[in-house]
Amino acid sequence: MSTPVITASALTKTYGDFTAVDGIDFEVAPGESFGLLGPNGAGKSTTMRMVGAVSTRTSGSLSILGLDPNNHGPDIRSQLGVVPQQDNLDQELRVRDNLLVYGRYFGLPRAVVAERADALLEFAQLTDRKKAKVDDLSGGMKRRLTIARALINEPRILLLDEPTTGLDPQARHILWDRLFRLKEQGTTLVLTTHYMDEAEQLCDRLVVVDKGRIMAEGSPASLIREYSSREVLEVRFGSDKNAEAAERMAGVGERLEVLPDRILVYSENGEAALEAVTHLGLEPITSLVRRSSLEDVFLRLTGRSLIE
Amino acid sequence: MSAASLPAAATTAEVALQPRRSALYAGNTGAVIHRGLLATRSTNYLVVLSGFFEPVFYLLSLGIGFGALVGTVQTSTGQEVPYAAFIAPALLAVSAMNGAVYDSTWNVFFKLNYSKLYQGMLTTSLGPLDVALGEIFLALLRGAMYALGFMVIMQAFGLNLAWTALLALPAVLLIAFGFASLGMAITSYMKTFQQIEWVTFIMLPMFLFSATFYQITVYPEAIQWVIQALPLWHGVELVRGLTTGALSPMMFVHVGYYLVMIAIGVVFTTSRLRALFLK
Amino acid sequence: MTALDQTQRPDAARAIAAGAAPRRWGSWYIAEHRIRAMKGYAGDAIFQSLGNPLIYLFALGVGLASLVPQGVGDVTYLQFVAPALMATAAMTVTANETSYPVMMGFKWNPIFFGMNASPITGAQIVNGMMIHIALRVIVTVSIYFGVIVLFGAVPSSWGWLAIGAATLTGMAIGVVIATYTSTITEDRGQMAMLQRFGITPLFLFSGTFFPLEQLPIFLQPIGWVSPLWHGTELGRVATYGLDEPVWLTVTHVGYLATLFVVGLWATRKHFTKRLNK
Ligand SMILES: Nc1ncnc2c1ncn2[C@@H]1O[C@H](COP(=O)(O)OP(=O)(O)OP(=O)(O)O)[C@@H](O)[C@H]1O
Ligand SMILES: [Mg+2]
Repeated sequence: MSTPVITASALTKTYGDFTAVDGIDFEVAPGESFGLLGPNGAGKSTTMRMVGAVSTRTSGSLSILGLDPNNHGPDIRSQLGVVPQQDNLDQELRVRDNLLVYGRYFGLPRAVVAERADALLEFAQLTDRKKAKVDDLSGGMKRRLTIARALINEPRILLLDEPTTGLDPQARHILWDRLFRLKEQGTTLVLTTHYMDEAEQLCDRLVVVDKGRIMAEGSPASLIREYSSREVLEVRFGSDKNAEAAERMAGVGERLEVLPDRILVYSENGEAALEAVTHLGLEPITSLVRRSSLEDVFLRLTGRSLIE
Repeated sequence: MSAASLPAAATTAEVALQPRRSALYAGNTGAVIHRGLLATRSTNYLVVLSGFFEPVFYLLSLGIGFGALVGTVQTSTGQEVPYAAFIAPALLAVSAMNGAVYDSTWNVFFKLNYSKLYQGMLTTSLGPLDVALGEIFLALLRGAMYALGFMVIMQAFGLNLAWTALLALPAVLLIAFGFASLGMAITSYMKTFQQIEWVTFIMLPMFLFSATFYQITVYPEAIQWVIQALPLWHGVELVRGLTTGALSPMMFVHVGYYLVMIAIGVVFTTSRLRALFLK
Repeated sequence: MTALDQTQRPDAARAIAAGAAPRRWGSWYIAEHRIRAMKGYAGDAIFQSLGNPLIYLFALGVGLASLVPQGVGDVTYLQFVAPALMATAAMTVTANETSYPVMMGFKWNPIFFGMNASPITGAQIVNGMMIHIALRVIVTVSIYFGVIVLFGAVPSSWGWLAIGAATLTGMAIGVVIATYTSTITEDRGQMAMLQRFGITPLFLFSGTFFPLEQLPIFLQPIGWVSPLWHGTELGRVATYGLDEPVWLTVTHVGYLATLFVVGLWATRKHFTKRLNK
């Protein structure tokens, strides 16, 4: 692996007594697409802010592009594009002006900024709204503008904190496509998401974090191999009968996961597992056999109701 | 405004459940007032209390500091009174105006556009008129408390020159109601904070010129006419007449002025409620 | 913590090169942004900064002055009150710009966080805002000065120095307010408190409408610590040669300058701390 662009070791952030990020280690290679998954409050955004050089770590070490954010915040940020979890566009400015002033913060010449702003408006499909007030945009449009703004300095590293939350499917695919292309051009992507399909699509490698710690790390495929079976059987008995059915199903498949509305049976062979269930005299209302996905990994690693 | 213009969201069953629910009014102003009182209780008492200090500061500064340069002045009815007794009733009227205007413009605007308080209220069965009336009521309640406090101060400084000063209290509420009802209608046209600043800007000359600190006779007749057409002058003259005990038939004109203003304000605001709250 | 900076690495060197311009000019980029944001209401702002002096001078210089025909000291009441109004106008502009806008920038329109995600630092955000505010104040005060000259309220030919005095006053008050507003995380009516217990008493008890000595002795200390009083007296020295000892004039300047420096330092500290969550 070539020299990493981001190196974190024993990275920790505490707020008073509370430890939001608890000694995590990871590296991100140039041009890689790296994902952070984890439940609400896991510490993803906090990690992103530290990587974004706007939040001072409590301890551990962190190096971005070979520089320590404590000493080189502005230099590091000059190479970053940031899409924060919550939009922080300037609502007093119009759409295009938001891009213009933001470009200026990087010390880019006005002409360059203007040219990029128009291209980015096109990309964000906001060209016809460029004179609109930010406040008057829909939630998804604001999100697109925030993403466009993050690209104004042609960043080496793009930090995306739940970038597609609130986007419609079409805008989402356009963004994915754009991110692929940026990646091809060598941009490093670091993203968090709660959409497992997005993580599978976009990430070369990801970590699952929970309570400030890394629970697992690897490519989507290897994580699925490691933490889940090949297939999954989903059965429903109706919400009040699931628990009872699950008890009787103990031993079917490799592992069971009882969710409020259904039971997941992890097995190399889903059809065989279904046969085993009906053999027990249970009659699920619905049943479905599918391939394992990241969602299963996520549930396994962070879910509460695990029955091994 | 007809009910037919409403989106047909309410099913007949709902209507039956809430017989009093109409397009703009659910007859539940009490809930808004209750919320307002709770909010006051859980926020800062000092803030609420601070409103009382503003006119007191003015009285101390101008009445005492500047008053020392001036001595006594003549009121419009020819009475010779100490400067502090001259401006105290005016300050009472002005603070009623300021409080009412602040509550019906800045405050309403802020809750509408920033804290999104009203959005939350209006997703319930409350109608915009409930909210508007509730806010006006709260503004008046605050205004009454301040006025009462200030009158106690006036009494302590010996600035209430007649028993009729007691009537200044209802007069102040009349003034506050007039400004609050009109203020909300005006807020419905506002889009930005800068526009609200215009309201403040326009109130400034009214505050300074309406016989607050000196007789309007220093101005040419034409300007005097303009001042007398504006509401604050009527308020100042009314309250001053009551606290100095100089009753005159003109007072009926002043009161009438405010009654008309309130009538216009209420009708105007009601007609603008949709624009204000249901954007 | 030892920094393991590898500044020789090509991408690190590139970052440092790209960071150079924002490090040097960042404050000006912010000022530019704030000015651009004014585009929507620049007309109103100018109109108001012209309208305000006219109204106040007409009301106080003509109306209130009629109650004080003898004037104050050796000058007419209008001449006495004009420099005070000018300093007050400066205070009003800076107080407006450093109260809600600062709170908004952290909360309802959290642009400061956006700015800080770019190479711009918290200190530069403060600097940039102050540059913008200073420009606004200078324009406002200059217009004010022009109007009071027309009213014949500036007998001294050194009167234009009052523009500097008023600007310094406004900025000193502005940074002090920003020091406070940059720490507000929850809106509990602090702005109203600031207005009622800060700005209004300053306006009323700073020797604005009458010499400070007219006040009972227990109220006079408000004036001594009030930057507005120092600024107003300074303005009076400039516009009509108010007779005061040199040490006092020096104190006015020193007091205001100190407030400004300390306030700016503290505001920058608060911004940096708050942006670094
Ligand atoms: N400024 C702060 N002060 C105190 N606690 C904080 C602060 N910021 C975050 N936290 C806490 O740190 C923890 C991690 O928060 P963080 O925002 O990083 O979570 P997250 O993984 O991004 O969650 P989500 O998926 O909900 O966005 C949370 O418990 C949060 O309450
Ligand atoms: Mg988050």
